[in-house]
Amino acid sequence: MFPARIWREIPQRYRLEANRCPQTGEIYFPPRLVCPEGKCVELEPVKLAETGTVESFTVIRVAPSAFTDEAPYPVGIVKLDDGAKMMCQIADAQIEELKIGMKVKIEFRKIQSDGKAGVHAYGYKCVPVRD
Amino acid sequence: MREVCVIGVGMNKWGELWGKSIRDIFVESALLAIKDAGVDKIDSMYVGCMTSGLFVGQEHLASLLADYLGKVPIPSTRVESACASGGLAVRCGFIEVASGMSDVVLVGGVEKMTDVSGDGATYALATAADQEYEVFHGATFPGLYALMAKRHMHEFGTTRDMLSAVAVKNHDNGSKNPLAQFQSKTTLEGVAKAVMVADPLTLMDCSPITDGAACAILASVDKAKEISKNPLVKILGVGNATDRIALHSRKSLTTLNATVEASKRAYEMAGKSPKDIDFAEVHDCFTIAEIMVTEDLGFFEKGKGGHAALEGKTALDGEKPINTSGGLKSKGHPVGATGVGQIAEVVKQLRGEAGERQLKNPKVGLTQNMGGSGGSAVVHILEVM
Repeated sequence: MFPARIWREIPQRYRLEANRCPQTGEIYFPPRLVCPEGKCVELEPVKLAETGTVESFTVIRVAPSAFTDEAPYPVGIVKLDDGAKMMCQIADAQIEELKIGMKVKIEFRKIQSDGKAGVHAYGYKCVPVRD
Repeated sequence: MREVCVIGVGMNKWGELWGKSIRDIFVESALLAIKDAGVDKIDSMYVGCMTSGLFVGQEHLASLLADYLGKVPIPSTRVESACASGGLAVRCGFIEVASGMSDVVLVGGVEKMTDVSGDGATYALATAADQEYEVFHGATFPGLYALMAKRHMHEFGTTRDMLSAVAVKNHDNGSKNPLAQFQSKTTLEGVAKAVMVADPLTLMDCSPITDGAACAILASVDKAKEISKNPLVKILGVGNATDRIALHSRKSLTTLNATVEASKRAYEMAGKSPKDIDFAEVHDCFTIAEIMVTEDLGFFEKGKGGHAALEGKTALDGEKPINTSGGLKSKGHPVGATGVGQIAEVVKQLRGEAGERQLKNPKVGLTQNMGGSGGSAVVHILEVM
């Protein structure tokens, strides 16, 4: 993978940078140049909340080549406490404990490596919040 | 706008066609459509294909196929909207004939998917999802539909048996279709106990990897009356719409909004409502997709699509037969060809030529073709004149 494709996304993947439409209050992740709802072009930068709940999940058992060593692994759609949503892996969780509505927090993790000699790509995964 | 008819359709046997190249597959089906229509002159052509570049290393496909069909120098255009490429090619041909720019247009779709490994196919298909915010995290296509399925089960109580019922019904129909990839039947247990791909979807919830092509010849009604010996099938309504392609960017995981919007446009243009549709070919790339689509087209209330499948309402003898051809699940899913294959089935049914799976005197049929995880959709409504 060409390194620029990885470092270009660093603001989102390392720092959870998003933006918000001042007219509608909607948060966009990744950030957008135009708000699709209000057609506003003056969106303001925000950082995403780091806790949320799982809206849906699956366990990928037939994985793409970059992830075959990790399968089976859970992937979910997380609704963050600020209302924004993201797709990410659910790490450090037993498959049996996964459920819609479970509380999670966002952590910084390695996501994939580009073959044996290529660069590592880092980003966010969510992990269960255990009381 | 001029009225547009389908005057001929052609489809070859779909499956793992090791001995045939992408050009052979396409030309075979195009020749069948040309023969069926009884035309010798074609003004232009549109070819739907998702990713011949990744599957066989061949771009510039529109010219290659026009050449091998012996139609150079007519204009030829490739159309891409992931798995809705075929449906979109039909829409482009419709617009060209309706506008008066051409009288006879060939619209086709093709995909040659078996020249790459399973990994390669997974990669190629995943290019229809959001690379940086879905695929980067390890999402696959079955995974995206699994996320929708899990949520649909959570919100509406859709069950394992309801998902399975879609596959069982589509394999029953496919067993009556000699051109389908699979003629084998299955059972509720057979689907539920197949190897898990992405929970809750098993291998038998998924459409297969397929080589195949389908073509149709479109003509203005005046031209059609002059040259066609077949019963004329008019395209009454066309609808195309988009949605945000990443699942997490959508308001709901259980509504396919591009399908809702595309069908609204097609119903309005045709002057028809869901109850006027006698039967439909829909995009069952996964069993959950058929359930959600039959709701989003207005055939069943939201949340009731699974019940309808389990109760037999969508079977050949049900109130709203869905996927009489066997659907993507059993007929096969050569992604770029699927939307045109749907048109071929609806035309065969409307002309009374569907053999063992023929419905009793259908008048109005609908096709719904969908790209990726629903980021695009194309709906056509057809009526026999």
